[in-house]
Amino acid sequence: MSGAPDDQVPIAGRDGPSAEGTPRGAADLRFYQTGTFAVGGRLLEQSERTVQSDAERGNAITKGHRACQGCGEALGARYALDAALHAAGGRVIAANATGCLEVFSTPYPESSWRLPWIHSLFANAPAVATGVAAALRAKGRTDVRVVGQGGDGGTVDIGFACLSGMFERGDDVLYICYDNQGYMNTGVQRSAATPPAARTATTEALGRHPGNDFGQGKNAPLIAMAHEIPYVATATVAELHDLEAKVTRAMDFHGPRYIHVLVPCPLGWGSRTAETVLIARLAKESGLFPVFEAVDGRITAVSRIRRQVPVEQYLRRQKRFAHLFDGDGRPDVLERLQAHAERNIARFGLLGEADRAGEIELLDALATGEAGP
Amino acid sequence: MREQLEGSQAVARAVARCRPEVVCAYPITPQTHIVEGLSRLVHAGELAPCEFVNVESEFAAMSVAIGACAAGARAYTATASQGLLYMTEALFNASGLGLPIVMTVGNRAIGSPINIWNDQGDAMALRDCGWIQLYASDNQEAVDLHIQAFRIAEALALPVMVCMDGFVLTHAFEPLEVPDQAQVDAFLPPFSPHQVLDPDEPMTIGAMVGPEAFTEVRYLAHAKHLEALELIPRVADEFRSRFGRHSGGLLEPYQSADAKTVVLTLGSVFGTLVEVVDELRERGESIGAVALKCFRPFPMRELREALQGAERVIALERAFSVGVGGIVSADVRAALAGLPVQVNTVIAGLGGRPITRRSLRTLFQEARAGNLGELHFLDLKADVVERELARQKGGGRSGPHAEGVLRDIGAVAAGPV
Repeated sequence: MSGAPDDQVPIAGRDGPSAEGTPRGAADLRFYQTGTFAVGGRLLEQSERTVQSDAERGNAITKGHRACQGCGEALGARYALDAALHAAGGRVIAANATGCLEVFSTPYPESSWRLPWIHSLFANAPAVATGVAAALRAKGRTDVRVVGQGGDGGTVDIGFACLSGMFERGDDVLYICYDNQGYMNTGVQRSAATPPAARTATTEALGRHPGNDFGQGKNAPLIAMAHEIPYVATATVAELHDLEAKVTRAMDFHGPRYIHVLVPCPLGWGSRTAETVLIARLAKESGLFPVFEAVDGRITAVSRIRRQVPVEQYLRRQKRFAHLFDGDGRPDVLERLQAHAERNIARFGLLGEADRAGEIELLDALATGEAGP
Repeated sequence: MREQLEGSQAVARAVARCRPEVVCAYPITPQTHIVEGLSRLVHAGELAPCEFVNVESEFAAMSVAIGACAAGARAYTATASQGLLYMTEALFNASGLGLPIVMTVGNRAIGSPINIWNDQGDAMALRDCGWIQLYASDNQEAVDLHIQAFRIAEALALPVMVCMDGFVLTHAFEPLEVPDQAQVDAFLPPFSPHQVLDPDEPMTIGAMVGPEAFTEVRYLAHAKHLEALELIPRVADEFRSRFGRHSGGLLEPYQSADAKTVVLTLGSVFGTLVEVVDELRERGESIGAVALKCFRPFPMRELREALQGAERVIALERAFSVGVGGIVSADVRAALAGLPVQVNTVIAGLGGRPITRRSLRTLFQEARAGNLGELHFLDLKADVVERELARQKGGGRSGPHAEGVLRDIGAVAAGPV
């Protein structure tokens, strides 16, 4: 999260403004989601509220699209592009890879896009974005910014060469990957972002090693960092303010920038459509999805886990992991996944000084579905 | 003013005078000298404003051109052979989106076996990708076609491929005239795109189209190609009136009006063919030639008119469709449907094999004697083929044909088979 990791924000109860008539800033507020600001936006100073809470937001992707109920990608794209539009004074051109986002947003002859938008192919969105940026540079246009975007298939698999080329050349493009951990548009097949043990249509829950293999896949944010580009960040749709802050920060830089957003897919993950945000939060809180940002190839901030949850809490809510809990279950696999989370926690320093007792109650309520996110 | 120039360098200068705003470059022989030339011009500040983008593949080159063109910039790239095939998906996309990108193809064979020399198998493989395909007979025409290509592309919102034979043209030095900047500026107005990504007027480009409209959108591409058949000769005429020489158009007849035998071809072999026609005409033979300058769209009507008086048409092709034969011939036969004209397909000059005057003279003798079949491979070493087929019939792990043939003709050290 931009400039203000969670652990720098005082957290305690669930209070409103302390002094009458004087709305407090983020640093003074005390409620569960301080640091995410998803709750209580109206209690904040105008300048600290989310772009989504602004009636004048860009609505980059507007009503009428055909995304599934509970689609994390639709949510993530809307958050990200509205924040980009806000940061660029409404002057953004988007280049989109083939995939769910492209298909559900442009059923001919309709379009949900309220910004100039091009879809060319599955594998070339970063290169198309490069071309747009090159055209703008040739024309001396400094007022318009370029965003490339795609799903994890279009980004970490088939589009990876174009993405790497865009990075190494230093092209002035913000590329956003909406990671739902598989090829969902074609019916839920494995990608290089599919986690170990997950069932997909090409990693069936069959045999002695059901689901996706361990030891495979690639970490696109770390590979992006290895290009030493100005800015790399990860985020989830659970933390609106964090995601917006990262997009906004990314827009402060020129050159290649990469944001990797975890976007749960109820269809592909077999999760409840109402739990998209909760599941994204549990991915982060379990340590399975590290949330951080990096400048010039070095990690500069990490979103700490508030209270670590066992990976099981995250996995149980998704049918793609159901085979780990059938019958006697697969404690051996759970153990490996937990070890994976622990490794992330150690590697990125995801745990702060201590668990925060004041939040436990609410988090438990959230995890058991007794409270809204 | 004519200067002694390499074909590629002349094309680079001609393209620069068309003021491209984005040039994407990825090296592949024999096209590389063109983008190298443009790189020098951009880096020396002689071509400005222009962004020269070194990309990581031909697929990226075409994709960057797509983005640049959609954002309203005049975009150019060049490729050949494997590179052209590697950008296949993006080629269909550029034409489908209606983006007037201009690209040079330095025609080269497609592997396997890998081969860097000239034939036209690359462009022919992309026959159906929706691009206009123009073929240069010589380097002056290659220069001139690029200037015309931007005019044609931008008028129709269609991409144009200018095909010039690899090495034979790209690497040949000869006296060439590159039109000066003022002349080109007068001929080619600034790019005024039909569609552009603009925050002031947001537009969705590349939406999904289902069965309800796909046929119509595809038909519109065809309609634009039909329009191109009218436009291309007009642009060539205007070019002649401004620049004082004829280049381009749909086709170029040579001594073909009254000829009993007409040889139809594309690209640089036309020069050799014209010399042979002259020789044979001196001996009293009734022979002529036609150069096809525009293969897509295919000028059905014009070709039928040009060939209808002939008794025999020999389609001399530098590529072929395995399992069928001639690629151009199929369209020529369609154009001549119902006419009493015999069409012979001759596949020649594959992978850089020279098409010599002597071979052509012998070929035309055979044709006159009625010995030419419907499909003929010029200068095919039939004995080598027979031996290799026999060797493979020996069974076992006989190895690849390429190595077998090379051993047979002594091009590599003989080893145990």
